[in-house]
Amino acid sequence: MPDTLVQDDLKPHVSPSQERWNVFRRNRWALLSGLLLLGLLGLALLGKALTAGTDPVIDSATVRLTQKMLPPFSVYNQDTIAKEDAPLFGVYLLGTDDFGRDLFARMLEGTFVSLTVGFVAVGISVTVGIFLGGLAGYYGRVKLGFLTVDTLIMRFVDIMLCFPTFFLILTAVALLPPSIYNIMIIIGLTSWMQTARLVRADFLALRDQDYVLAARSQAIPEWRIIFLHCVPNAMAPVLVSATIGVATAILTESALSYLGFGVQPPDATWGNILADGRPLIFDAPWLTFIPGLTILLVVLAFNLCGEGLREAFDPKLRESR
Amino acid sequence: MLAFILRNIGQRLILLVIVSILAHTIVHLAPGEPSLVDPSNPRMKAEDIERIRAAFHLDDPLHVQYYYWMRDLLNGDLKSFKDNQPVLEKIWGRFLNSLPLFILATLITWCVAFPFGISSALNRGSTYDKTGTFLSYFLISFPGFFLSSLLIIFIVQTFDVPVISMRTFGLEDASAWTQINDRIWHLTLPALMTAILGIAVLSRFVRSQMQEVILHDYIRTARAKGLDEDNVIYKHALRNALLPFITMFGLMIPGLISGSVIFEQIFAWPGMGRLGYDAILSRDFPVILTLNLIAAVLTLIGTLVSDLLYALADPRIKF
Repeated sequence: MPDTLVQDDLKPHVSPSQERWNVFRRNRWALLSGLLLLGLLGLALLGKALTAGTDPVIDSATVRLTQKMLPPFSVYNQDTIAKEDAPLFGVYLLGTDDFGRDLFARMLEGTFVSLTVGFVAVGISVTVGIFLGGLAGYYGRVKLGFLTVDTLIMRFVDIMLCFPTFFLILTAVALLPPSIYNIMIIIGLTSWMQTARLVRADFLALRDQDYVLAARSQAIPEWRIIFLHCVPNAMAPVLVSATIGVATAILTESALSYLGFGVQPPDATWGNILADGRPLIFDAPWLTFIPGLTILLVVLAFNLCGEGLREAFDPKLRESR
Repeated sequence: MLAFILRNIGQRLILLVIVSILAHTIVHLAPGEPSLVDPSNPRMKAEDIERIRAAFHLDDPLHVQYYYWMRDLLNGDLKSFKDNQPVLEKIWGRFLNSLPLFILATLITWCVAFPFGISSALNRGSTYDKTGTFLSYFLISFPGFFLSSLLIIFIVQTFDVPVISMRTFGLEDASAWTQINDRIWHLTLPALMTAILGIAVLSRFVRSQMQEVILHDYIRTARAKGLDEDNVIYKHALRNALLPFITMFGLMIPGLISGSVIFEQIFAWPGMGRLGYDAILSRDFPVILTLNLIAAVLTLIGTLVSDLLYALADPRIKF
């Protein structure tokens, strides 16, 4: 930066990223949600560390048939249960379910699985969306036979939008063997259309920018121009829709669990704990309310965080404030 | 104009063929066949499975099976694998059941979402707007079946009315008034549940549209020439803000099948979504495929109609 610019005070006072952060921070709900999600991420990793392996610190699968459906904060009974099956701190923090399994341990294990389903599904949909949207935008004018690349890809998007999404997911999940990977892949492969449209719209403007021309004049390979130079500039709307996408994926998984096609036991997710607890809502309300309110809280946090990001990245929403 | 419509119909027909081929391929290539629904049944011998496969043409190559499906569908004698009933009649019956639910839910959605979205756009940044935003996010964040369970328990305990299924069994001899009342109570809760999601999404959309429009110059001009506020908002701003909703109309239609699977299952409502779910469970390929195709046809008709309406409503669009 030349001295004169600094002296004349012509340099912008705040960098764009700092400005975004300021806008995001002013939205108290979004900031709170962001912090909550960061904490949750830590909790999920901790939960994975504590419940994984052959000899976990907290075993979510321990069945204690003499201590079924105890309400939260019940003290564990030393007379009927062996010492090594005791819950953490000797207390069932969130109660036990109809097999006498510790709900706290199961929720902790489910945190990791549920978030994995959300993030991997969104990861897949964002990857496919950026790839197809980027190709459609960048090579839009290239002709393949009598159709342009753009027409070809965007017609494919139209075709995908014709399918009733949840029905398609349900069909695929029900016909394929039940596995957590299939669920993630199917949710991902049926939700990329929005991202593809957003990326294409950005690329239509980006492909004529000077820096793209400069990169081309240096004979930089086209895939590098697309994915290293253009994609980062088209990421903002994708990031927003991805944040909300994680929330949608978690909700879709819980809806699939309700229909019996979600993540199968012994893997615990919030969705299948909720679906299993629902028939017991009168006898053991905590089995419904704890996972239900957890999903509500986390999905709400993702949505509010996404709204905050949208405001931070969209100058149009900012100026009119 | 006519050329535009014809070209649009032609494009959509091609899309439809591709959709049907894709759906057919996905359903048939996925593992799991009608003959494998009950693998642990000891009476199911290898010959039986052979017989079933031959009867349903499952041994033929994919394109031959596609041909059979299309031929039977167009002749109108496509039969369900499960009970050998004509598929189209089955779907039509369920469609009539789904329709009142869909119409009521759409009406509730629009009657709440539009006034709400407009007023929160006009009071931007106020407590009302913030509460509304929070509330709509709160409602879309609820797992649908959890909220439904809570509402069912609440309604049944407070008002002491039955809400599951379409009507109360055994009321056939009751007076017309009792029957109508009964039907309305059964309809309310599932329609409300379907509408909640729509309200949350649509009101956000209306709000952002309206916000964008009221910043335009012609609104300032209208105010400057001394029009009263009602005139400015409802005649100048709202008309322009409403344009994009014409296009949303077309994309809403797949919800008739897709959005209702969960709620029809919870409320034991014998509609299309539940028909689809049962068909998936029993690997009833003709029903699954035909439902999918009908959803695609409805979507394409919806988008066609909304394209045309858009062109009529917005004079800037030329053919």
